[in-house]
Amino acid sequence: MIRLENVYKTYPDGTEAVKDLNLEISKGEFCVFLGPSGCGKTTSMKMINRLISLTSGKIYVDDKDIMSFNPNELRRNIGYAIQNIGLFPHLTVWENIATVPMLKKWSKQKQLDRAEELLELVGMDPSVFMYRYPSELSGGQQQRVGVARSLGADPDILLMDEPFGAIDPITRSKLQDEFLKIQAKIKKTIAFVTHDIEEAIKMGDKIALMKAGRLVQYDDPATLLTYPKDEFVRNFVGADRVLKGLRLYKAKDVMKEPPVTVKIDEDPARVKKRMEESNTKWSMVTDEKDRFIGWIASDDIKGSKSIKEIYKPPTVTAGPDTPLNEALSMMINSTIGTLAILDEDGKMLGVLSFDIIRDMLGQEESEQQKETKASGEKS
Amino acid sequence: MRRYVILFTLLVLFVGVTIWMTAIQQVGMFKMFPPGKVVRETIKHLQIVGAAEAIAIGIGVPVGFIATRRAMRFVSPVLVGIANVGQTVPTLAFIGIAGAVLGMGYRAAVVALFIYAMLPIIRNTYAGINSVDPAVKEAAQGMGMSRAQVTWRVELPLARPVIIAGIRTSTVVNVGTAAVAGMIGAGGLGELIVTGIAVRVTQLTVQGAAPTAALAIILDSLLGEVENVLTPRGLKVMKEKQWQQ
Repeated sequence: MIRLENVYKTYPDGTEAVKDLNLEISKGEFCVFLGPSGCGKTTSMKMINRLISLTSGKIYVDDKDIMSFNPNELRRNIGYAIQNIGLFPHLTVWENIATVPMLKKWSKQKQLDRAEELLELVGMDPSVFMYRYPSELSGGQQQRVGVARSLGADPDILLMDEPFGAIDPITRSKLQDEFLKIQAKIKKTIAFVTHDIEEAIKMGDKIALMKAGRLVQYDDPATLLTYPKDEFVRNFVGADRVLKGLRLYKAKDVMKEPPVTVKIDEDPARVKKRMEESNTKWSMVTDEKDRFIGWIASDDIKGSKSIKEIYKPPTVTAGPDTPLNEALSMMINSTIGTLAILDEDGKMLGVLSFDIIRDMLGQEESEQQKETKASGEKS
Repeated sequence: MRRYVILFTLLVLFVGVTIWMTAIQQVGMFKMFPPGKVVRETIKHLQIVGAAEAIAIGIGVPVGFIATRRAMRFVSPVLVGIANVGQTVPTLAFIGIAGAVLGMGYRAAVVALFIYAMLPIIRNTYAGINSVDPAVKEAAQGMGMSRAQVTWRVELPLARPVIIAGIRTSTVVNVGTAAVAGMIGAGGLGELIVTGIAVRVTQLTVQGAAPTAALAIILDSLLGEVENVLTPRGLKVMKEKQWQQ
């Protein structure tokens, strides 16, 4: 748990980097400090491990004032990862990862075991990478080692300063996904700095949006996108905030049962009738083992002897965990405008269509309006 | 490999010339220096270089390091400026001044040489420590290394090859400068050279110059090895990578 109370930071030259910051990050929560450059987000984060000193105010880590610790001791118990990674070029991968265990004087064997465990956690084969040097790794691999190193002595708290900022978009997105999976396992309390709204929405449980040293809005991503507090927030999250919000939902959250499904060996005439009755243009076709194999259009059926001859194999399909924004762009790309959601075995779970997504967004809006009204009446 | 062949050839050449010059014993009315004298002056030469170099390292490395500290950020440009300008002063002038101030002899020679040898060491130490990636230092500090740990575990290992390169340059230059110190009566191989010049016997001059050159080659190779051994393996790997790109 991290708590900041009335935190100010004024630099000797008079710059007020952080003004009256109050914020609490609960245990196991992923909090993203977001804002344009110079908004004080990095300063705020670095005050937590005392790399930057507070001018006034208090910061508590697990209810203990950070000023009551020796700064080096404090830092050894808080994981730290930065944008430029800063791996030690003269040390091997395992020595890099074991930096904090080494500082804490763990036994050599324990250090080695921990380094091995962490390399596996970040998806790198220890037998290949333990004794490599940082310069022998790709940018993405270096970043993974950087993350592994920040987890070295298994700290409860992680500070991350744009840790995925300096890598190409494809690798970045992959590392983000992987890190979310890791976080689901290790459940650290995280303060994560970024200027990238997409990254904030994707990664954060909470987003602390800052502007000119002040906290403007501190909410979960959905609330931030749906209810930007003021003009600044609205501009910062962008005009496409509804689209961005789709990332927060997964296909399985909103998919519906298909109105009509067709078995491959069914009689085309009957299928046509069923489709006309339920007024669907496209239906899903499944094989004998209930696996989805394609689509059939009611217009194509006329006079055909068997479904087999006329169904169209799908161009794209999605899984239950596909984020809605990706699902939507798949739909736009496909000719049918409907997307089949399949499990790993290819069995059909449900469908998504433009209408389903639109309905979902409408509901969200009205529910949250009710909520805010209710809370407004209370207070 | 080719480098070693060239060095070895040169070494054999210079040692050979020294032996040859000593072996001719007499040129006209002048006697060549006897072998014992050549060996004694070579050792004396090494003593001068060694003493000056030891003091230069002992003072130059800490000074260069302190100059990189934040508290010194206003002083260090001046210091490094002096180190740079100092190197442009001709060695002869340096030694002349030292001789005039401290009196002729060994002591003046060592002082002049150590000041002159210290300059590249200060400069390289300063540059080496300053070239350590700030991100690496920030990471080290952020993970809870104390200042001393950042210095000993990160800054110095990473700057070590550059610092040793400075020591190597200064030593090799020093061997040559020590020969000039013969002019203020410090002894060493410079004495043979100066004598040869004074009586205009080329062979005598060469008898002193050839072993001086041999010394420079030997010391340079030795320190090259030291540099190689003390460069962290990770940095060598990095260099190879950079060459490949």
